[in-house]
Order: sequence, then C-alpha cells, then structure tokens
Amino acid sequence: MECCGGNKLTEKQEKYYAPLQKILARYEKKERYLIPVLQEAQEEYGYLPEEILTNIASSLDLSLSQVYGVVTFYTQFHQEPRGKNIVRVCMGTACHVRGGDKVLTAIKDELGIESGETTKDLNFTLETVACIGACGLAPVIMINDSTHGRLTPEKVPEILSEFK
Amino acid sequence: MSKINIKIDDQAVQVEPGTSLLNAAKEIGIEIPYLCYHPDLSLHGACRVCVVEDLKSGKLVASCATPVTEGMEFSTRSQRARVARRRNVELLLANHPNDCLGCDRNGTCELQDIVHSLGIRSEDVERLEGERREVEVDEVGPSLKRDPNKCILCGRCVRTCEEIQGVSALQFANRGFNSIVTTAFDLPQRDINCANCGQCATVCPVGALTEISEIDKVWKAIEDDKKYVIVQTAPSIQATIGEEFGYEAGTIVTGKLAAALRRLGFNKVFSTEFSADLTIMEEGNEFLKRLQGDKNLPHITSCCPGWVKFAEHNYPDLLNNLSSAKSPMQMFSSIAKTYYAELEDIDPASIYTVAIMPCTAKKFEKDREEMNDSGYQDTDAVLTTRELARMIKEMGIKFELLNDEDFDELMGAHTGAATIFGTTGGVTEAAVRTVKEKLTGEPLERLNLGFRGINDAELVIGDKTIRVAIANGLANAAELLDEVRKGESPYDFIEIMACPHGCVGGGGQPLPASREKKDKRAAGIKAIDDQMVIRKSHENPMIIKLYEDFLGEPLGGESHHLLHTKYQARPKN
Repeated sequence: MECCGGNKLTEKQEKYYAPLQKILARYEKKERYLIPVLQEAQEEYGYLPEEILTNIASSLDLSLSQVYGVVTFYTQFHQEPRGKNIVRVCMGTACHVRGGDKVLTAIKDELGIESGETTKDLNFTLETVACIGACGLAPVIMINDSTHGRLTPEKVPEILSEFK
Repeated sequence: MSKINIKIDDQAVQVEPGTSLLNAAKEIGIEIPYLCYHPDLSLHGACRVCVVEDLKSGKLVASCATPVTEGMEFSTRSQRARVARRRNVELLLANHPNDCLGCDRNGTCELQDIVHSLGIRSEDVERLEGERREVEVDEVGPSLKRDPNKCILCGRCVRTCEEIQGVSALQFANRGFNSIVTTAFDLPQRDINCANCGQCATVCPVGALTEISEIDKVWKAIEDDKKYVIVQTAPSIQATIGEEFGYEAGTIVTGKLAAALRRLGFNKVFSTEFSADLTIMEEGNEFLKRLQGDKNLPHITSCCPGWVKFAEHNYPDLLNNLSSAKSPMQMFSSIAKTYYAELEDIDPASIYTVAIMPCTAKKFEKDREEMNDSGYQDTDAVLTTRELARMIKEMGIKFELLNDEDFDELMGAHTGAATIFGTTGGVTEAAVRTVKEKLTGEPLERLNLGFRGINDAELVIGDKTIRVAIANGLANAAELLDEVRKGESPYDFIEIMACPHGCVGGGGQPLPASREKKDKRAAGIKAIDDQMVIRKSHENPMIIKLYEDFLGEPLGGESHHLLHTKYQARPKN
C-alpha cells in the first residue's frame, strides 16, 4: 500500500492503518461518505489523529482542509485521545440551580483536569453538557452510560473511584 | 423565454429569467452593497449585507441569492431593509480590527467602502463593543499572509480555491464565534498543498489575505550604493498597472512603466519579454525533440510557478511531461548574473535582481532550492504589480504625466511572441511559431485561442498534425491532466496557467478583479503582439547574439545548466 506522496509503509504502519482501510473499502470514493467514514474511524481508533485524517482525505480524494473543516465543526469528532471513561456534567438550568457548578469543581479537583480535557493515564475525559434530561435528579452527571443524581461535591471521590 | 415582470422600489422592470434581485436592481441603477457575493463565484448568501424586503411576504431576503419571479415586488429602500443592511455591517465591524490606516487594503477595502457609503460612524460600532477574535496571523509565507482577525467569513477565498483552482487549501473550520477560514490543522502556508497562486487574495474583500511584501528589501537594495539593481518586468504588467493610476483596464502603458522604474532608482530597467523569447527558444526546441522522438508527450509548459507546484502535489507522475525549461523570470535572472555581469564587467555578487510580476507564486519560485544556477540566488526579490504601484505612489511619481521611455538595450529587445506570454494561450502560440518555421520554413497563421477555460486547436506542420490545448484555472487544468494520466489525451502540447485568463488575471494584479476586467487586459496584450514587427522569438537579434556569444545551441551545455531545472514530487495533503 502506498500513502502520503508514494512512500512505502512499514509493517507496523500497515498494521496500524489496516482497520481504516477496511472501513474505507466499504465506501465509494465520494465526498458524501466523509462523515460516516469519520464516525467509524473514530469508533475504531477512539479519536481522529492527524495521520488518520490525512489518510481519509487522500482516500476520498478530498483536500485535508475540507476534512479538517468538518472535524472541527461537529462536536462529535475528537482530535485528541479520549479517556476510557467519559464524565459528562450537566450544566442545565435545574442542575445549575442545585449546585451543578460545585459538583463540576469537585470533579476537576479530583481528576486534576479542566473541562474538555483527558487525564494523563487516559482513564477519564471530562465534558460539560447542556442538559441530559434528568432534571428530577439534579444535579446530575453521567459516567459512560450510567447516571448519577442528587450529587454533592462530597460524593464525587467515591463515585469516581469505582472507575479508577 | 419571455421576460419576468417585477417591481423594484415601485418601478416596474422587465428582466431576464434567472436574474438575481441584486442584478435586477443594478439594471435600473441601484447598487445594493454586498460582501460575500462575487460575480465569478457560486452563491453563498452569508454576509446578509445585500438584504432587501420582499413586500409580498414581508421577509428580508439576500438579494444576491434570490432569483426574480413573476409579479415580485421588493424594496431596497424600506426602513426594514435599510436598517438591517446597516446593522449587519455594524455587527461585522464589532469583530473587526479598527486599524484601517495601517492595513494593506486601505483604499481598496470593500468593507471600508460600504461603511463609508452607509455613513456608519465609529460611535455606531462602539455601541456594539464585545468579545473579539484573537487568532494567530500566518505570515511565514512564502507568498501570502493570512490574518483571520480581519476575515469577515464571506467565503470568497474558500470558493475560489475550490471552484476555480480545485485545490481547497482554505476552508471554514470550527463553529459559531470561533469560526475561521484556515488551512488544514492551521498549518502555515509553506507547509500545505497551496499553489501560491494568490487568487484568494484577489477576491478577498478585506485585508485578510495579502501578499508577503518585499518592498522594504527592494528599497534597501536601491539605496545601497554597492548594489547594482537590475529590474525586469513581466509581459502582463504593461497592460494592468495603469489601473492603479486611473487608466481603463487593458490600457497599455509600457513606456510610462519603463520611465517610472527609472525614476525609482533601478540601475537597469529590462523586460522579462527578452527572456520569454529565450524560454521559447529552449522550450520550442525541447518540444521539437520530444515530438521527433515521440517521448514525454504531451509536452506541458512550466513557466507558471503556481501550476508547477500544483503538479508537484497532485500529478507527481506527470512531472516528466513538464518542460524542463525555467520560467522567463528565472532565465532572465540567471543570465543577468552570468552573461550580463561578464559583458558589463560587474561583480555578479553585487548584482541584485528584482522581478515585477503579476504573481504571488513567483515569490515562492524565486526561493526554490533549484534556482541558484548562476552561483547565487538567481532572483533576489519579487514584487507584485500592486507592490510596484505602491512604490511609485510612495515616491510621489505622477505616473500619468511621465513621458514614454524605452527599456534598456541588450536585455530589453523582445518580440511580440514574448509579449503574449502575459495572457493565456500566449506561450503555446509563441512556441508553435518557432517550431513550425524550424520544420517547414513557413510562418504560422494566428491560432486565436480564447481567453477563458479550456481551448484547443489543430494545426498541420509539414506532414504532422499537431494538437494543442490550453487551460487556465487549475480546476480546468485538472480535467486535461486526468486525461493524460489515463493515457487518453489527444494532445501533443498543453499550456497551463494557474490563474483564470493567465498572467493578466494573476494573484498580484490590481484590485478589484473580475472576468470582465481580465478580458480587457488580455485584449490589450494581444493588440501589442499584432502591432509588433518581429513576431517570432528566433528572429530576436538580441537572442541570436546571446546564443552566438555565450550559450551556444538551445538545449546545449551552458543552456542546459543555466536555463533548465528539475521538479520534486510533494504530498497531495
């Protein structure tokens, strides 16, 4: 396989790109398949590093800036590695009134990262979201698919420790 | 189809179907302001500066993007429309740096003009003071500076790069308040697949995209007594620089241009047309050789540095089809620092070569590592037409009052064949003239290839039928090249110019630019060629002398060393 100006790939690189090639093989070389390809590639690699985006651009016959434009536009796409566990803190009105920001501060302190960042050990990614639709449980957070409601800053370390 | 009846500001008007409200209003003398609209590009409808009121629905619509329909009534002057247009411009200003005085586009800025004509004052904008964008400026070059802080997100550059050039080096990235026009991963211009053509800068309504200026370094060289500063001007400049001084597009001002350059203090004032004749000698003979050997055909021209870089990124497999002949600018500079230095007994180390070019990609070309065959960097500085005009204005030279002067002798003589290098199709016509005469001894009739898009022609030379094609605009070029790649190209000779209309439409030419203006410029250039007595490069007496005294034969040892070059494959992304 050739890529990036005709340089031959090493065996290690070939192995790295193999899942991507599999994804790309299922789609026609057309601009309109960019988003599904990006979604599947992110599913596979956990995030969308530069070399994957470059490869996708060349494979779909797009300019890299076009791919970059799409990736930076949609919040579903990530260019940095993501943690094993995604912590989503609700910042909706009900949670806000009942101290959501204090919960957020406690999580930031506990993990040592800001919102939008990932811990160095790649265990946690912290995000704020507008509303997760569980206002009755405010203030509420989600860790992966599980919901944790009626939180206080004091409860934070215990909940997070389950995922460490 | 019959005409459409509409009412604009209570006036009944009949217009062609498909006309936009903006153009319908223009037909009755109402200029609606706009920023994202550009006559040469697809519709975008994003700036909302051209809104008018549809009196039947009561809606405000973007007049550039709304086609007329039968019975439509709209108002350009209703209070709603007037206030909305004003407010939309004020909002743009609220996130736009207030440094018009120091901006490259002061005086040619479309936003500035609109603000002035709408009568928006500083206090109107101060009311809206809020958060401002702070993004890094890309000014590492080689050709263009991008300042996203000045960008109003009209997207003209994005559309030009995609639709006209097929490059898409620029795109919108991020969203909402953080939206900017940028490159992939915000990389600097030198690290991306940009052809450096500068077409983006010719459509940018503000100062967000401008050339990297080399004016200061040229002044420094002129002011240095130890430097012998030689200037060359590209063929197209004589047909375009007049616009900077109030002349109609296409007015030929060759004599005044030569005079102005002398007033600025250049030691010698030459024309690149001299070396365009030289390029024809080399490239014509190269084409002849390929034709006879049936090798590396179609022969593709290489005098356009935007096209060359595009080919290196996108068609590295076709680089052997490109002529190895250097561009006229580079041939000129290598001869200036060798033959001319020897002839005039000047130390080549003290020679400083400046090229006045219609082009931003030439700034990149001069810095290419391949361009040092004279033993020095062959070309020291490249100024665009716009930069030269600025220097003339800075010195208070009244361009229109200058008496016509001639270019300096020796490297000043040129033929009409060289002049038409300035427009699309010119190189082909010039090269084929020489080839035909050499093979058959008969002169060539005019090919009269058109200015726009892709054109082709077939001509019989001796017992051979030669098919030539020209393309301008890189998206058009790609069509021809895809054929070549598939082995389906019917052509023997292909000329490619990166910019629409060729050099007269170059990224360094006066602003604002449109197809209409470029047509006039190209017609101006063709008119000079028609008037010239000598129209064949191989009959230029100076060129004959140069080969006799110094170079020997075309494609020979010295020519090969000084006048030919190599290309390098670069990644597509």
